[in-house]
Amino acid sequence: MQSMEILRGISVAPGVAIGEVVVLEAEDFRIPYRSVSKQQLPAELERLQAAFAKSIDEIGKQAHWLHTHLGRDAANVFEWHAGVLKDERLRSSIEKMISEQRASAAYAASTVMRNYQRRFMQMKDPLLVERIRDVQDIERRLLRNILGESREDLAHLSRPAILVAHDLTPTQTAQLAETKIIGVALDAGAATSHTAILLRSWGKPGVIGLNDISTRVSGGDLVIIDGTNQLVIANPNEATLEEYKTRERAYVRLTGELAELRDLPAVTRDGHRIHLLCNIEFPQEAEVGVQKGGDGIGLYRTEFLFLRPEGAPSEEEQYQAYRQAIEGAGGRPVTIRTFDLGADKYTQQRSYEQERNPMLGLRSIRYSLQNLDMFKVQLRGILRASLHGRVKLMFPLINSLMEFRQAKMTVHDAREDLEEAGITVAKDLPIGMMLETPAAAIQVKEFCREVDFISIGTNDLVQYILAVDRGNERVSQFYNPSHPAVLRALRDVVRACTQGEVECSLCGEMAGQPLYTMFLLGLGMRSLSMAPANIPEVKKLIRLVTMTQAQRVARRALSFETDRQVTNYLRDETRKVLPEDPI
Amino acid sequence: MPALSNGPAQAVREAKVANREGLHARPVMRFVDLASKYRAVILVTNISGRAETVDGKSAMQMMLLEAVQGSVLRIEARGEDAASAADALAALVASGFAASAPPPAA
Repeated sequence: MQSMEILRGISVAPGVAIGEVVVLEAEDFRIPYRSVSKQQLPAELERLQAAFAKSIDEIGKQAHWLHTHLGRDAANVFEWHAGVLKDERLRSSIEKMISEQRASAAYAASTVMRNYQRRFMQMKDPLLVERIRDVQDIERRLLRNILGESREDLAHLSRPAILVAHDLTPTQTAQLAETKIIGVALDAGAATSHTAILLRSWGKPGVIGLNDISTRVSGGDLVIIDGTNQLVIANPNEATLEEYKTRERAYVRLTGELAELRDLPAVTRDGHRIHLLCNIEFPQEAEVGVQKGGDGIGLYRTEFLFLRPEGAPSEEEQYQAYRQAIEGAGGRPVTIRTFDLGADKYTQQRSYEQERNPMLGLRSIRYSLQNLDMFKVQLRGILRASLHGRVKLMFPLINSLMEFRQAKMTVHDAREDLEEAGITVAKDLPIGMMLETPAAAIQVKEFCREVDFISIGTNDLVQYILAVDRGNERVSQFYNPSHPAVLRALRDVVRACTQGEVECSLCGEMAGQPLYTMFLLGLGMRSLSMAPANIPEVKKLIRLVTMTQAQRVARRALSFETDRQVTNYLRDETRKVLPEDPI
Repeated sequence: MPALSNGPAQAVREAKVANREGLHARPVMRFVDLASKYRAVILVTNISGRAETVDGKSAMQMMLLEAVQGSVLRIEARGEDAASAADALAALVASGFAASAPPPAA
């Protein structure tokens, strides 16, 4: 009997899944050269031909599925894949290699595709460099169809299973919905990756960024995915398994119960109305979010417009996207955050020299202010779209007053550009900042005199206060929003906003974790922005508590000296309110 | 677009990439799809770039052109419908890969 292991990662969707593991092998097909006899050549060429045909067929089905489930943008990711697979020039160069070098179809396909990957790697344009991943994806698909399905026959699973893998390509992720997979655990992954986005829309419990789970478990092992607490438990002991079976049942029950809460407001028992807003990545999510009971969009992460094959979006494309989000929100407020590029996405591929410490590097508003043309294109798109609803504009990672003023000045310039071109824009829109650095928290009073609103981005704020990279497995256990230093920073920010009469909300993951709901309410927070999936549970909790109770919890939580005491206390208090729900 | 040369079976046009994102995935597919509707062989060179000539019907090779906004593409068509192919493709590039590209004349 193997011993139980608990692994912590990043959640892509809440919920509990219990099942046997299917491991998808790390797909680093390094195909050795194998010579083919003259008599075998026709069969080898035919094998290649069939693999191309099958791959084209798969792409077609996949694009269709994506189009129906996730919309046109997602499907367009694969348009070029299909084009490459139909590329006769490419196919004939592989055929030529098979014939001339007597190479196997797999070796020839892999070699030709890798040569192309090298070509893209040398390109200047970062968006073209990203095509490497697409070429890899196409290569894998071809190889799978040449070598047969034996490695990963997910489509033919006979019973529910949990998928464990090092990483998934967007293609593999998109296929999950057609399998019996009930949960996913991956070694790799950032919350913002393409794969994470596709997993989130798939909606089943998933935890990514687990570092080495694919080597820790093997096929047939029993695994629990706890998407709510970002945990994966391998080979659970009897007691743990029983506990989770109860939680799984509770989840099923809860899902039904929460659906009934949809149209009820988030009001405490003593009548305090709390605004629950949605964090979204794609414009079409706005409509889904308000359907789930959201009071608006608290954080629209516009940088996801870059995660597409054709790269930087034009002003018109941005305008259309923002407009879609604004109209989807149906008159409710939409807070658009300008591009938060950098650190893990986009700018690293763009710079010739990678930054040694990207989290402290050229990212977010710093990047925008050094790329003013791009920034103005975005601001013009937002200003134009703001005519279609209630828009608030927010800058990420504001660290100094100068930065905020400069960004605001750029909005002014963009507005003038539009007016000169005779384009009407909304007169005034609220301009605020994300507070996510210790410097901004310390200077919050000064900021309150200049900003229209503050949204606390706890994911980064916690990392910067605690000096912990939560994506780094070796230190991620030190990342804990319950740390007394974090709680006190939050208290000071909320207090300054209340005194300065500046609207304050919180949009980090903390906002969607019921564990912190009472604490945040007790501090005076009246607006929380979270993944739409978390709204029902947080709403349920709010409707069960009083503000007096929340204030008592906040005071007590602030009195502890260690994060462990805080977490234990908050868990106890939350369980008192929600005894049957998985927290 | 000036016609640079116009034999019975060959046509050469030059066109400046007008769209902001340059020759990325979707514009490449527009180009390849249109080129594939013609019988003529299509050869494309990014004369503002490294001047490598690629097959205009190849989705992979077209991506290698590294053409950005303002790059000038030399489009050479060889074959019976060369002139109309070169005209249509040059127009597509110059129009910024507008959604509705003209259909082949034949």
